[in-house]
Amino acid sequence: MNLHEYQARALLKAAGIPMLDGDVASTPTEAESIARRLGGTVVIKAQVHAGGRGKAGGVKLARNPSEALDHAAEILGMSIKGLEVHKVLVVPAADIASESYLGLIMDRETQRPVFMVSSAGGIDIEEVAAKTPEKILRLPVDPTYGLLPHQALTLAFALYRDFNQVKAAARMMEQLYTVFTGNGCSLAEINPLATTPAGQVLALDAKIVIDDNELFWRPDLGLLRDDTAEEPSEAAARRANLSFIKLEGNVGCVVNGAGLAMATMDLVKYYGGEPANFLDIGGSSNPEKVISALKIITSDPNVKAILFNIFGGITRTDDVANGIVAATRQFKVKVPIVIRLTGTNETTAIKILEAVGMRALSDMDQAVEQVVRLAREAA
Amino acid sequence: MSIFIDRDTRLVVQGITGREGGFHTRQMLEYGTTVVAGVTPGKGGQKFEDTVPIFNIVADAVRSTNANCSVIYVPPMAAAGAIFEAVDAGVPLVVCITEGIPVMHMSRVMPFVRSRGARLIGPNCPGLITPGCSKVGIIPGNICAPGRVGLVSRSGTLTYEVVNHLTRSGIGQSTCVGIGGDPIIGTDFIDCLRAFQEDPGTDAIVVIGEIGGTDEQNAASFVKEKVTKPVVGFIAGQTAPKGRRMGHAGAIISGSSGTAEEKLAAFEAAGIGVMRRPVDVVALLKSRL
Repeated sequence: MNLHEYQARALLKAAGIPMLDGDVASTPTEAESIARRLGGTVVIKAQVHAGGRGKAGGVKLARNPSEALDHAAEILGMSIKGLEVHKVLVVPAADIASESYLGLIMDRETQRPVFMVSSAGGIDIEEVAAKTPEKILRLPVDPTYGLLPHQALTLAFALYRDFNQVKAAARMMEQLYTVFTGNGCSLAEINPLATTPAGQVLALDAKIVIDDNELFWRPDLGLLRDDTAEEPSEAAARRANLSFIKLEGNVGCVVNGAGLAMATMDLVKYYGGEPANFLDIGGSSNPEKVISALKIITSDPNVKAILFNIFGGITRTDDVANGIVAATRQFKVKVPIVIRLTGTNETTAIKILEAVGMRALSDMDQAVEQVVRLAREAA
Repeated sequence: MSIFIDRDTRLVVQGITGREGGFHTRQMLEYGTTVVAGVTPGKGGQKFEDTVPIFNIVADAVRSTNANCSVIYVPPMAAAGAIFEAVDAGVPLVVCITEGIPVMHMSRVMPFVRSRGARLIGPNCPGLITPGCSKVGIIPGNICAPGRVGLVSRSGTLTYEVVNHLTRSGIGQSTCVGIGGDPIIGTDFIDCLRAFQEDPGTDAIVVIGEIGGTDEQNAASFVKEKVTKPVVGFIAGQTAPKGRRMGHAGAIISGSSGTAEEKLAAFEAAGIGVMRRPVDVVALLKSRL
């Protein structure tokens, strides 16, 4: 789960990380009054889950409160990469002497949190990592012991020469590590980590991604989720406990298991079609999940045909068959449905479907070829 | 022959009285797995289905039954603790089926597992099966058949799809291992490839990977250097968009790294036969055996 910048700032601030005062606004007048309170030139920043906000016109300088009002009015409601801006962050424009990068990620390869620092800050760190990896210092932390004092110093010395700045940065490393482990982050990033002409070290921008698996027992973090920042069908799927991602094609896919769901999408493409979505109905599927899945997929006007690909293991194929029958009774599905099911209780499942005049295939390739053809004919 | 589990596997089931644990314990018993004990705190002294003794603590189960393998079906919030417990009790092979364990928990679990010299398979995996002999986890036994092809996969149902093609074409399996779809897992492709290479009962290996991370690329380098047996491979997620988690927590393309193209190219460069569709596994294997 991605946090907005203003939410990430709040977590960093609570941990004591120094940053400029600022606040979030939902209306231009709110932005104006924040600008008045802060005084001087401010930056108005769109709060959306998309990179390249500046290039898209979502970040603007305002020299006084009335400019803040105007810029906030332009930015609020604008669309950046398909996402509507509902909030802006208003912060003082900082005088910057230097910009560095400070990030902490959960690294798959070392299986532990890894710090990344670079004095080449304020830019796309992925690009730096790809082109000039030597400019990034990577330091894995053993979570058993946490970030040790000498490690924090090593990282800080990689960024600064002035010992006061080194001490300040080392302290921020420890604070960032606390934020990371205390909130189940998979990424916590300060970019840029800036110094002012007066020598102060400040976090100017923050990005935090929280591991979705943490939300189960951290409902407080779940409250930070911004439903309006999601594709509506994806938000609906999440509420129905379905793993769903909307795509651009016209073949709707309902599959059990993430790997098989991806392989099904790939096979749709292989046979010349385009998948409309990724959807994993999960292991122990009750008929209700199938009904929710069909509702979500049929609400996409692009979908011209729907494929069920179910390999019964823990998933009972008769549950899925019951779900399909119940769903088609509840609401009319206007596009053709191709059903492939095999495995646990398939004989029962086939009987359930045949009783209402539906057919089930047992071969995945055959089913995908058929659904791709039907989608093409309907398009 | 096989890898990791065989006739001498003596299994303790953590979470045996839960809905999933109970269901799959019955399936494992039916398949012929030697289930020697179950563990559910507070239910020690009872018996599962009048046959399998239940203990409060894994260490007690190990002491009384000489269990040498554990399988975990407990909910995500208790699963990391369950792995610690099994490893602390000296169980050398721990298989964690549970999905949804926070990655932070796993980053604390792994140093402990390694320090004790134990092997963890999973989490978020279907477990493993040595057909006709023993199964630990949730892979349906009826789609497998004993034979000489080893299979390792990050996925569950996609594994079943591929195994089903093999079995129906008369190609049996030595062992099928699901290593799990999470970013941090206990056993990776290389561990399994090494074991299959050393296993005299395995003639060829099927590797089923997916987008995200660099495990498949590392596996390809390992195959190139160390594996003399024929290997065929599949990568799921060629049509996956960047930056989105495709169900599995580990299946996410970050930046330009972890794409299917990158992994398929690594496979090809290592001489691994690339399956474009799951069904291709049969023809590819037959051409290489």
